[in-house]
Amino acid sequence: MLDTLVIPLLKIVVLLNAILISVTFMVLMERKVIAWAQSRLGPMRVGPYGVLQAIVDPIKLILKEDITPVKADKMLFSLAPILSLVPALVAFAVVPFGGDELFYIADINVGLLFFLSVTSIGVYGIILAGWASNSKYPLLASLRASAQLISYEIAVTMTLVSLILTAGTLSMVGIVEAQLADGVWYGFVQPVAFVLVLIGALAETNRVPFDLPEAETELTGGFHTEYSGMRFSLFFLAEYANIIVISAVTAILFFGGWLRPFPNVEALAFLDLIPGWIWLFSKIFLFLYLFMWIRATLPRYRYDQLMRIGWKLLIPIALANIVVTGIVKVLV
Amino acid sequence: MAEAIAFYTLSILILGLGVAVITTPRTVHSVVFLVLNFLCVAVLYVVLQAEFLAVIQILVYAGGIVVLYLFVVMLVNLKRQPEEHQDPRRLAKVGLGLTGAMLLELAAIVVYSYSREPSSVTAPSPAFPVQGNIEQLGWLLYTDYLIPFEVASVLLLVAMVGAIILARREL
Repeated sequence: MLDTLVIPLLKIVVLLNAILISVTFMVLMERKVIAWAQSRLGPMRVGPYGVLQAIVDPIKLILKEDITPVKADKMLFSLAPILSLVPALVAFAVVPFGGDELFYIADINVGLLFFLSVTSIGVYGIILAGWASNSKYPLLASLRASAQLISYEIAVTMTLVSLILTAGTLSMVGIVEAQLADGVWYGFVQPVAFVLVLIGALAETNRVPFDLPEAETELTGGFHTEYSGMRFSLFFLAEYANIIVISAVTAILFFGGWLRPFPNVEALAFLDLIPGWIWLFSKIFLFLYLFMWIRATLPRYRYDQLMRIGWKLLIPIALANIVVTGIVKVLV
Repeated sequence: MAEAIAFYTLSILILGLGVAVITTPRTVHSVVFLVLNFLCVAVLYVVLQAEFLAVIQILVYAGGIVVLYLFVVMLVNLKRQPEEHQDPRRLAKVGLGLTGAMLLELAAIVVYSYSREPSSVTAPSPAFPVQGNIEQLGWLLYTDYLIPFEVASVLLLVAMVGAIILARREL
């Protein structure tokens, strides 16, 4: 009873709260990073250096009036934000924050596929939000979103096949243990796959330069134009939770998860004094920073460029990568 | 016992959602019900300890194909009323015939499976050189079922080529 019900539930409660709190501070971090990139100060008014902005913003969003358009499809309009948030949170179930059983909720033998399939459900939130709003721009945005997400999902899934070939397992814990056994982070074995997954991650989380579903300059905010108050903030939460989970998974697959740098070098064994979850958190943090850095640097792609990159560049490279990995695997 | 409860609950859910798919007047709503239906089928696979199949069911059907359905439904204008002077009973007769055939087939399967020797049902499974759900599936696909597997992929390729030719006639 204790092992099968109480402890997993406690882990879930702790994890969910940690995600929600880190999302609010991530919004602050993003505003600060982009401000510094543009030689501004960012939020400075609330608390020292604007730190308390992270607490004030959610309160503002909760207190705001929640408007449902008269001509909207009521059921789907309220369902859509939930549909987009829940998959992002469920995906954390298979993310291991350490090798010990205490640090993950579930280690299933199809962990990586579970992650891919759960995150692929998240697109329904965006599509249905655009359709249920019964408004022109959100509908356009949701059409764009569905085409974009399907295209890049294929590319990412195919890329991950080559990583699975290298690791020989689909379990997330197993992949990190394989990196420990091989003595190398798979980011160095599969650099092409890493770059492809990073591009795909940007596209799947609708980040710049692939933020066409919410392109505010052309679509007045995209699929969440008609949303306000708490429902709008659910989309916000979903987006940031997705970024965190995809950063965590990239860190686990390509940067050794909770392993220290150079896990095979004995001379660096003193680094093991730092617990594994701190290593993983700092890797996640680096990826989050990278996402914000890219947002501050790159302009948005045009829609046909986005489709061309997905289908004519990423998918062929991913296929070639699988073939090369297979040949190397047979020869070595 | 727990498995039986899970099975019957899921079956009721799957059938109920299936009925909802064909009775809902708005097409987008029925696509949403279809997604829920597929998710329930995936849970059923988990109960049957076919985790790989369950995850693939979500990834391919719920996450891929139904998104395309939704895409088409939203692009195509479906507010058009059905044609007036069509005999609705003509379709009902066809449906009745198909349902009858389906029920007959199900009955035949039930009768056949109960009339067989019980020992043949629990025949020893072939010895696998590999362990685990995914590994065994992959082993079977590339040994015993190699030809059906390749034929299926050729079929998909043909369908893809056909769709491209239909979409752009001037190549």
